Amino acid sequence: MNLHEYQAREILRRYGIPVPPGEVASTPAEARAIAERLGGKVVVKAQVHAGGRGKAGGVKLAKTAAEAETHAKAILGMTIKGLTVQKVLIAPAAEIASESYVGIIVDRTSQRPVLMVSPAGGIDIEEVAAKTPEKIHRRAVDPRYGLLSHQAMMLGFALYKDVKQARAAADIMQKLYAAVYGVGASLAEINPLVTTPDGAVQALDAKIAIDDNELERRPDIAALRDVSSEAPEEVAAREAGLTFIKLEGTVGCCVNGAGLAMATMDLVKYYGGEPANFLDIGGSSNPQKVVSALRIITSDPRVKVILFNIFGGITRGDDVANGIVQATREFTLKVPIVIRLTGTNEQLGVEILRKAGFSALTDMDDAVKQAVALLKGRAP
Amino acid sequence: MSVFIDNATRLVVQGITGRDGSFHAKQMMEYGTQVVAGVTPGKGGQRFENAVPVFNTVAEAVAATKANTAVIYVPAAVAASAIFEAADAGIGLVICITEGIPVLDMTRVLPFVRERGARLIGPNCPGLISPAKSKVGIIPGNICKPGNVGVVSRSGTLTYEIVHQLSTHGLGQSTCIGIGGDPLIGTNFIDCLTAFQADAETDAIVMIGEIGGTDEQQAAEFAKREVKKPIVGFIAGQTAPPGRRMGHAGAIIAGSSGTAAEKMAAFEKAGISVMKRPADVVPLLKERM
Repeated sequence: MNLHEYQAREILRRYGIPVPPGEVASTPAEARAIAERLGGKVVVKAQVHAGGRGKAGGVKLAKTAAEAETHAKAILGMTIKGLTVQKVLIAPAAEIASESYVGIIVDRTSQRPVLMVSPAGGIDIEEVAAKTPEKIHRRAVDPRYGLLSHQAMMLGFALYKDVKQARAAADIMQKLYAAVYGVGASLAEINPLVTTPDGAVQALDAKIAIDDNELERRPDIAALRDVSSEAPEEVAAREAGLTFIKLEGTVGCCVNGAGLAMATMDLVKYYGGEPANFLDIGGSSNPQKVVSALRIITSDPRVKVILFNIFGGITRGDDVANGIVQATREFTLKVPIVIRLTGTNEQLGVEILRKAGFSALTDMDDAVKQAVALLKGRAP
Repeated sequence: MSVFIDNATRLVVQGITGRDGSFHAKQMMEYGTQVVAGVTPGKGGQRFENAVPVFNTVAEAVAATKANTAVIYVPAAVAASAIFEAADAGIGLVICITEGIPVLDMTRVLPFVRERGARLIGPNCPGLISPAKSKVGIIPGNICKPGNVGVVSRSGTLTYEIVHQLSTHGLGQSTCIGIGGDPLIGTNFIDCLTAFQADAETDAIVMIGEIGGTDEQQAAEFAKREVKKPIVGFIAGQTAPPGRRMGHAGAIIAGSSGTAAEKMAAFEKAGISVMKRPADVVPLLKERM
């Protein structure tokens, strides 16, 4: 789960990291009032889960509170990478002497949290990695001891020659490390970490992603979820206990297990179709999950054929079959459906489907070929 | 011989009285696995299916039954704790089926398990099976056949699909291992390739990977140097949208973006035959064996 910049800044503040003032507004009038409180000269920043906000016109400098209101009016409601801006952050326009980058992620290879810093901040770290990889410094941290002071100082000196600034940066890194474990983050970035003309070190912009597996035990963090910033189908899928990612194609896929779901999408493409989605109904599926899955798939007008690929292990064939039959009682399927069903309780499932007028295939390739043939208007 | 589990496996089931634990404990017993103990705190003294003694702690189970392998079916909220407990009790092989363990918990679990000399398989994995000998986890026994192909996979149901293809075409398996789909796991492809290379009953290997991370690429380099047996590989996610889980910072740390194309190229470079679809596994293996 991604947090908005204003939410990430609030977490950094809670962990004692210096963050310049700033408040969030959802109307132009609110934006103006905040800008007045902050002294007039402010930055108005769109709060959406998308990179490149500046390039899209979602970040604007205002010299007066009235100008802040005008910018807020333009930015609120604007669409950036398909997401509508609902909130803007109003922050004082800071004078900046230098910009750096500080980030923490869990590295799969060393299996540890890794601190990554760079004196080249303010731009995408991907760009720094591609153009000047020597400007990125890394340190894997032993989670039993945390980020030790001397390790943080080494990274601090990689950013600043001045010992006071290096020490301030080291302190920020240790606090950011504490925040990662404190909120259950899979990624935490300060970009840019700035120095002001008077030498202070501050976190100007922050990005935090929370590991979804942490949310159950952290209701305060889970409450930060902004459903208006996500695709409606993905919200509905999550609430139904499904994993769903919307794609651009026309073959609606419903599969048990992430690996098989990806392999099914690949096979659709192999036979000349395009998958409309990734959808994993998970392990212990009940019929209701299948009903929800069908409802979500059929809500996409681009879907021209539905493809079930079920290899029963924990998932039982009769549960899936009952779900399909139940769904057709609740709403009409306007597109053809191809069902591949094998594994646990296959015979029961096939029998349930047969009685309801559906047929089922046992082979994955046959099912995908048939779905693609239907798509192209050929007799399967 | 087989890999990691065999007739000498003495299994303790953590969470044996739970919904998933009890169902799969029965399936493992029916398959012939020696299930010697179960653990559910507060239910010590009971007997599961009138046969298997239940203990309050893993340490008690080990002391009473000489269990040497543990399988975990407990809910995600207590699964990390269950791995700590198994390793602390001196269990040498711990298989965690549970999915949903926070990655940051795993950063603490993995060094602990290694310091105690234990091997962890998973979490978020289907476990493993040495057909006709022992099954630990949830892989359906009826789709497997004893034979000489070693299977290692990051996926669950996709493994069943490919094992099913093998079995229906007369290619039996020495051991099938599901290593798990999480970013941080206890046993990786290289560990399994090492074990299969050393196993006298394994003559060929099937590797099933997916997008994300660089485990497959590292395994491919390792295979080129160290593995003399033929390998056939598959990568799921050729059409998957990139960067949904960890974003690009993860890719930078790993020094790669972990795409299917990159992994398939790494396989080919290492002499691993690459399947374009699951059904290719049989012809490619027959060509190489």
